[in-house]
Amino acid sequence: MAHFEKANSINEWMDQRLAVNTLKKVMQTEYWIPKNINFLWAMGMVLAATFGILLVSGIFLLMYYKPDVNMAFDSVNYTIMTEVGYGWLWRHIHGVAASLVFLVIYIHMFTGIYYGSYKKGRELIWLSGMLLFVTFSAEAFSGYMLPWGQMSYWAGMVITNLFSAGSLELYGLVEWIRGDYVPGDAFLTRFFMLHVLLLPLAIIGLIVLHFGTLRIPHVNNQDGEEFDFAEAAKLYKEGKVKESKVIPFSPVFLSKDVFVLGVYFILFFYLVFFHFEFAMDPVNFDPADGLKTPPHIYPEWYFLWSYEILRPFPKDPGLVAFGIAQVIFLMLPFLDRSPNVAPASRRGLFNVWFWIMLLDMLVLTVMGKLPPQGIWNTIGLVAALVFFALWIALPIITKSEKKL
Amino acid sequence: MKELKIFSVVAIFTLILYWGVEPFAHSQMHKHVEGHNFTYDGTADIEEAEAKVAVAKETKTKVAEAEATLAAKKTFWADVKRISKLNGNAANGEGLFAMCAGCHMEGAVNMGGVTPPSLEKAGALYDKNYLIALVKNPAMASNVDHKYADTMMHPMGSVTTMVVDDQSIADVVAFLMEKKKGEMTSKEAFKDACGRCHAMRYAKTTQIGDTPVFKEKKDALAHEIKVLDEQALVKGYMGKLPPDLSMMIRARSAEYMETFVENPQSQLPGTSMPRTGLSHEGYEKVKQYLTEIGDPSKPAREAIGPWVVLFFVVFSVLALLWKKEKWRDHH
Ligand code: HEC
Ligand code: HEC
Ligand code: HEM
Repeated sequence: MAHFEKANSINEWMDQRLAVNTLKKVMQTEYWIPKNINFLWAMGMVLAATFGILLVSGIFLLMYYKPDVNMAFDSVNYTIMTEVGYGWLWRHIHGVAASLVFLVIYIHMFTGIYYGSYKKGRELIWLSGMLLFVTFSAEAFSGYMLPWGQMSYWAGMVITNLFSAGSLELYGLVEWIRGDYVPGDAFLTRFFMLHVLLLPLAIIGLIVLHFGTLRIPHVNNQDGEEFDFAEAAKLYKEGKVKESKVIPFSPVFLSKDVFVLGVYFILFFYLVFFHFEFAMDPVNFDPADGLKTPPHIYPEWYFLWSYEILRPFPKDPGLVAFGIAQVIFLMLPFLDRSPNVAPASRRGLFNVWFWIMLLDMLVLTVMGKLPPQGIWNTIGLVAALVFFALWIALPIITKSEKKL
Repeated sequence: MKELKIFSVVAIFTLILYWGVEPFAHSQMHKHVEGHNFTYDGTADIEEAEAKVAVAKETKTKVAEAEATLAAKKTFWADVKRISKLNGNAANGEGLFAMCAGCHMEGAVNMGGVTPPSLEKAGALYDKNYLIALVKNPAMASNVDHKYADTMMHPMGSVTTMVVDDQSIADVVAFLMEKKKGEMTSKEAFKDACGRCHAMRYAKTTQIGDTPVFKEKKDALAHEIKVLDEQALVKGYMGKLPPDLSMMIRARSAEYMETFVENPQSQLPGTSMPRTGLSHEGYEKVKQYLTEIGDPSKPAREAIGPWVVLFFVVFSVLALLWKKEKWRDHH
């Protein structure tokens, strides 16, 4: 048995047993953050907070939700929305958070791309981030099945059909995923399990991993500047806070995070109370009906860009394109051949690449919702081709980039 | 300031994104239907018939039939217009109303597919022109004449043999408008206007009225059988069971609901749901009920929302002060 002195305070008692003081240093007061960063670096905390909100509101919804095709719709739309005190509030919070979390994920991703935060030691941050993106997508999709409305059913039908892999006709696989010939009770209960247990567990694990990958390389900064954190930290601790290039995460950077969170929550709760329709598709307020196909089937907005990459092509090439689009962002750290870690604005052609990519994703997203007719179809096709052209061009233009 | 510049870039992209996937996409996905503010003069019906003539001519099928329908619609709505100018006499109308009451009475039973609605507050629910049209020819008025080779076959069709001349029609409608109005609850409006066809399970009401609470399971089952029987009749009449309207207010846009109720054919061509002829106020009452049942948290949202938002405004201001204090001397 190890030797323990008598502790004189709770803090000391905890420290002896759990090294809380060391933990506090490592994770807060001596977790050094570059001073030269803007509010975009608070997006990670915004994401963590939104995930927390999703978790808490989800737990409340889970107390009344019934995963059964005959009861699911009414348990959400009647029991939770009408009978349970403030059930509507939890549901609107959950719905709005599920939509906003993707907006913030995209902002967070494009911030990383803009400042080159996926390179030179930060590859694992990027990869773990992308894994989070993929798991979040699965989480959102499985959650969308739960109210068992028309869109739940038909989106479930369309997306699981993709696994038949076009001309390979793997209908056996599709049935295996559904547990039935069409989406039904087996389908609903397994997506329920994924949504409330397996995927949230995976997400929590991945968030820990993501934070872990940040610790050694530290976050990037607005100039992509490389500096000696140990030296900067020493200056800071000596009281030369003005000269030092770093600040401790807590309380200095945290105070800024909290401010950004506050502003974000103004928007968040404005949407929850006064403008939640964007996050809750009207079509899903019609109960699932396997005999009545809705006139327009489309995914939630955050999947539209990849949906639009699937749509304008013939069946098999479309599926291949869709498959590539799902994983191509994972490859970013390896396709960017430039040695520079710097904001895109200083990286010549890469700057052009960045803004075209952003616009292209925006165009794909909007086209993904419009009916695939006439001019919309053409614009969608061109945007999808541009998307792939950009990825092919990336290694070439970054290879020829001048070293800064 | 640099941060504000970055923020405006993020905000602009977000707003364009929002505009693209919400207002713009919806404007492209749903056809625009012109509303007529719950007035009924046949404009929409005649336009529809004209469009059908054009299609018939193009495909060279049933041109004569389409033209005949158009002519019939024009004559019909011209008649309605003429009658609407007459001075109705409510006192005369009261006598004529006895004929209506033969079908429309307390405890009425299913008749040709549906149970005739109560007319006790008809004056507060329906549009006057529509009522004239309805008594003149129910199938034409509710724009479902295409379902009948002979519009006499409409469940209320025989009214045309009871109240025949223009003045009588004007009189009975005047009676309804003057004597059968009175304040209506939103629930009564729903019951009279939609309840004979549509159930509302979140309000525990069906085509045969509110479902009582039964002590004995036997009684509950007996009631359920009655409901099923009634629904079978409605289904036989309409071709399908009209959907439950509990969540409809959130499943359709406000604009869709208005134009659909005003003229179901405008949104679902060929549908068997008849026009119900509500006046603007009548529709507002029905809408209020659909909202109370389908979106009951509206008042609570409006009461709590501003305070929560205000809380975070104050929170942000305090956070900003804290940040300023922590970052002092750092630059
Ligand atoms: C033969 C029985 C019968 C008679 C007589 C009759 N009705 Fe009706 N009425 C019905 C039925 C059945 C319906 C329901 C029709 C439907 O929903 O398609 C109805 C519906 C109505 C409606 C609602 C229609 C709508 O579109 O919402 C009104 C108003 C009405 N009747 C007024 C009258 C008046 C006024 C008279 C007398 C001049 C009258 N009815 C005579 C059977 C009758
Ligand atoms: C005489 C029977 C009848 C009456 C009365 C009636 N409806 Fe309907 N309604 C139907 C039928 C039948 C359908 C199914 C239409 C279809 O799918 O073609 C329907 C469908 C609907 C729909 C769904 C349309 C869609 O987009 O799928 C709405 C909304 C609706 N009714 C609202 C109302 C309202 C509001 C009232 C009262 C003001 C009303 N109905 C009165 C028969 C009726
Ligand atoms: C959804 C859950 C996520 C959470 C909770 C999360 C959280 C965080 C946090 C707290 C930080 C540090 C602060 C900051 O720079 O914002 C961070 C950094 C980072 N994240 Fe995420 N993140 C998530 C998803 C993603 C995704 C989808 C990606 C992209 C693939 C990603 C890529 C990065 C990168 C590259 C950094 C480093 C930024 C830098 O060095 O400047 N993250 N993340």
